Amino acid sequence: MAISEPVARPVAADRTGVKNPYSVLPNWLYPAFVVVALSLFGAYALWVVFFQPLGYVMPYLSPFDSPPITLGRIPPAIWVAWAPLVFRLSCYYYRKAYFRSFFGHPRSCAVPEPKRRYRGETAFPWVFNNFHRFAFYATVVQVGFLWFDAVIAFDFGGRFGVGFGSVLMLANVLLLSGYTFGCHAFRHLAGGDLDCFSCSLAARARHRLWRGVTILNIKHDRWAWASLFTVAATDIYIRLLLAGVLHDPRWVS
Amino acid sequence: MADSDLDLRIWRGDAKGGELVSYRVPVTEGMVVLDAVLWAQANMASDMAVRWNCKAAKCGSCSAEIQGFPRLMCKTPIADYGDHVTVRPMRAFPLIKDLVTDVSWNYEVNKQIPPFTPSEKDMNTSEPWRMQQKDVDRVMEFRKCIECFLCQDVCHVLRNHDGKSNFYGPRFMVRIAALEMHPKDSLDRRPLLKGNAGLGYCNVTKCCTEVCPEHIKITDNAIIPLKERMDDAYFDPVRALIRRIGGGRKPKAV
Ligand code: SF4
Ligand code: SF4
Ligand code: FES
Repeated sequence: MAISEPVARPVAADRTGVKNPYSVLPNWLYPAFVVVALSLFGAYALWVVFFQPLGYVMPYLSPFDSPPITLGRIPPAIWVAWAPLVFRLSCYYYRKAYFRSFFGHPRSCAVPEPKRRYRGETAFPWVFNNFHRFAFYATVVQVGFLWFDAVIAFDFGGRFGVGFGSVLMLANVLLLSGYTFGCHAFRHLAGGDLDCFSCSLAARARHRLWRGVTILNIKHDRWAWASLFTVAATDIYIRLLLAGVLHDPRWVS
Repeated sequence: MADSDLDLRIWRGDAKGGELVSYRVPVTEGMVVLDAVLWAQANMASDMAVRWNCKAAKCGSCSAEIQGFPRLMCKTPIADYGDHVTVRPMRAFPLIKDLVTDVSWNYEVNKQIPPFTPSEKDMNTSEPWRMQQKDVDRVMEFRKCIECFLCQDVCHVLRNHDGKSNFYGPRFMVRIAALEMHPKDSLDRRPLLKGNAGLGYCNVTKCCTEVCPEHIKITDNAIIPLKERMDDAYFDPVRALIRRIGGGRKPKAV
């Protein structure tokens, strides 16, 4: 090893930004992705909820409209869409996503941050995130309806069949179930609130359930994005069938 | 500059002010940032203040901000950065000198957390305590903490919003989780979490988890489960009703 001459000199300013060593992606990419993806989905969902008729083409029913409730001129999705909306808004993963990207609290780790007063989740409106479990309960009911719809989607007028829509609806409900049952509030309910996993028969059973939920919970963010994508894709597909733009490829026994 | 030389920029100064100083350091194979800093200290700047101890990522002394990001100097290969790297002291704590900060606030916070307290019955038994592996596993993760305070440094509540009077910070959520989830502990720290510990200030943005050198899933396994426990006590009318009728754990002050 060649020992170089000791040289020390002052440098004017730091020329480099914050480099997250655990990621090859630039700091701005994640918040930018979240803003774009959630804005697109939000705009599409508003349009469906307020301006679209029932998304039903035999035997497919849009996830926005399940269960299908038609009362007068009120758009059917209004009765349904609030539950998954509130669930995702108060979801522990989406909290990270929107606090980082829409509010810059913080945009990315160790970067400068807007000096705005910050109360976190201690004040209105974010204190309501503490009620996440109730949104979970409502969403479980909705996922139940979606399972029912997914089964019906294989019933073509009394004959078993498989269409592209059936596969899409099944994939959607699988991903939604993975997302919903990986919820942190459910992980707590399943067994996380126990101090002792081994102290009773019930505790041991709940520990097994907790471990299962934990497996889904580890990648909660992936489940969240994948299911958001399939919800939109399923609805778009059904509305394109409804408009006669697409023809559903299917096989019926 | 030769290929094998590193342009190492270190922040030099004290609370009154300072500047980045560049040191030319010869790179050897497998070198970590702490090696380079110590080489500069030995050969060029004997008055440079740097805190370190184990050089094995186990004592938690050598925390600093490397290229702006909180890391342990002794665990960070030079190879991660190429031919120049900037090292600064942690920003969330008052500076003493050069790379050394005053982290004593953390020890004051620690004293406010009621320690492990077994029940009367467990205290007075002559039997050895038995704990099942499944109960050990969950709290073991939290016991890995080396108190490097990198998570405290990166947490935006403490770092950017001057939240030291509002929030204990992720390190102490880890400690409280270890106590609360211990089968033999009898205290209820949920009132503390809602009150002085300021759990509500955390918005689960996960930077603490990103920096933890012990890979503790601080947010998923400590903070969020504690938020859920706090919600049981303060934000769940259904559980409140059940408590009224007679079941369930009531939050009691510690
Ligand atoms: S997740 Fe919470 S405790 Fe951790 S860095 Fe973010 S705000 Fe701080
Ligand atoms: S939790 Fe991790 S980052 Fe925080 S002090 Fe402990 S070891 Fe360091
Ligand atoms: S010197 Fe002990 S953790 Fe780096």
